[in-house]
Amino acid sequence: MLIDDLRGMFYIMLKDLHAYYFKPPNISWGILLPLAFVLAFAIRDPGNLDNLIPGLLALTLLFGASSMEAIVIAFERRVGALERLLLAPVRLPALLAGKILGGVVFGLVTTAVVLILVLFRYGLGGVNWPLLFVAMLLSATAFAAMGALVSVAVKEVFEAQTLANLFRFPMMFLGGVFVPVASLPPVLRIVAHALPLTYTVDALTVAMAGGPWSAAGLDLAVLAGFSLAFFVSATWTLARRVG
Amino acid sequence: MTELIPAIRMTELTKRYGPPGSGQLAVDRISADVQPGEVFGFLGPNGAGKTTTIRMLTGLSRPTAGHARLLGLDLAHDLPRIKKRIGVVPETSNLYDELSAFDNLVFAMRLYGVPRRERAARAAELLARFRLTEQRDKPFARFSRGMKRALTIAAALAHRPQLVFLDEPTTGLDVVSARNLRQMIAGLREEGITVFLTTHYLEEAERLCDRIALLVRGRIVAVDTVAGLKAQVQEFIAVEATLQNEDGSVAVRRLIGESVPALLRDVLQQADAERQRIVSVNTIQPSLEDVFVQLTGLDAEVMQVEKGGKGK
Repeated sequence: MLIDDLRGMFYIMLKDLHAYYFKPPNISWGILLPLAFVLAFAIRDPGNLDNLIPGLLALTLLFGASSMEAIVIAFERRVGALERLLLAPVRLPALLAGKILGGVVFGLVTTAVVLILVLFRYGLGGVNWPLLFVAMLLSATAFAAMGALVSVAVKEVFEAQTLANLFRFPMMFLGGVFVPVASLPPVLRIVAHALPLTYTVDALTVAMAGGPWSAAGLDLAVLAGFSLAFFVSATWTLARRVG
Repeated sequence: MTELIPAIRMTELTKRYGPPGSGQLAVDRISADVQPGEVFGFLGPNGAGKTTTIRMLTGLSRPTAGHARLLGLDLAHDLPRIKKRIGVVPETSNLYDELSAFDNLVFAMRLYGVPRRERAARAAELLARFRLTEQRDKPFARFSRGMKRALTIAAALAHRPQLVFLDEPTTGLDVVSARNLRQMIAGLREEGITVFLTTHYLEEAERLCDRIALLVRGRIVAVDTVAGLKAQVQEFIAVEATLQNEDGSVAVRRLIGESVPALLRDVLQQADAERQRIVSVNTIQPSLEDVFVQLTGLDAEVMQVEKGGKGK
């Protein structure tokens, strides 16, 4: 049964990447939107560009991993295609994991493109690469799982976009991308610490500066916790919806 | 002599939506066996519980009470093993719009663990069988409704299931597509595949099915072969009257009863009341439609209502 689940996960991921993710509009949206936001801030404060790089990567991960993820399941449920997967010999958690993996891969690929652009400007030196990769992987997983939770919680595709943006936009402005969390008012600082993006920005900042694993240990643990919590909640919600 | 294990055994299978007592009883304690290799028709009007029954038997919906065994396996405990051995064609053609016909079939095979070396040949074989070879690389979104139904059936057969569920396979199709599809369904019987077919088309059930269960308001009111069902009403006679209205339009009225004189009297009275001219009156053998009317107490017209708006 485990073999069936693993095979199902893998092929559901491949199918989603082929059918939904790797389409020109998605790629451009996943890369250009974070770049546009960062450019807007960079133009206002050109001296601060270096500090925005971890935030740029974090935003790319957030939008890349969650945008399509938040739509795909709601869309497939609406057109009946999700039923095909539910009828297959693949258990529900594996089905959902396959869906989430699609978002993770797409988030990592779009972020890798932005990272390459950044490296042209700043070079390869001084980065803790293993930490950077693990931070990106855990962040993409958390954001894709968040997208999946949004997607299974709604009935219509347009509701998924609205709900996803309800989470994403506050995260963008409170998660330390443009303004350091430490400089936020106390109430907003508490809110910021409840957002996964805050931990992504923090971990990426440590990794880009070549910092040690220990400096980002808490961030990685919290991101893993968010991933698990979103995944379990999404599985439970989907089970209730289809049962 | 060894007893043949039924392909499906339903025992007191029940589905209730909503809270006990006040909820809606969609399927009410149905019991029936489907034998291996037969085409078993589940015939009933819209809302009779046909799709709900399929959803329970395929693991999409949990029965409120009762149990079922498929291919000798317990539905409640062996669902993953059952899923590997069944194919399901839902009421709505639900393959992936973005994928080509070939990719849709290959994806179906991948999910069910068909070995890589067999996939391309099996996909080509299915495309040929369903007359879709020329559409191999065309996205599913650009298929006609009939072609979508055909490819959805092909996808359900991709992993060579022993038992196939077809939920209203020809609803919404044009005459030619429906006829082609019925030929394909008849071909499944020749392969020894057990078919569980729901339909609200009486003629379709009569033409395709070895045995038929009549389902009304969630309950099975009769299960038999077409001949067996007809035998249940053989003491009845049917009269078909062609009547002309005052505006020249023609109506056909069909009555069933035990005596021809009584039926003719009814025809005359109705024609008189509605100021119709009798063009012709013929006595005929009861059809499955007449059986349905007699056994269910429903008007056969409820079966003629076309389902719509599902975007098949």
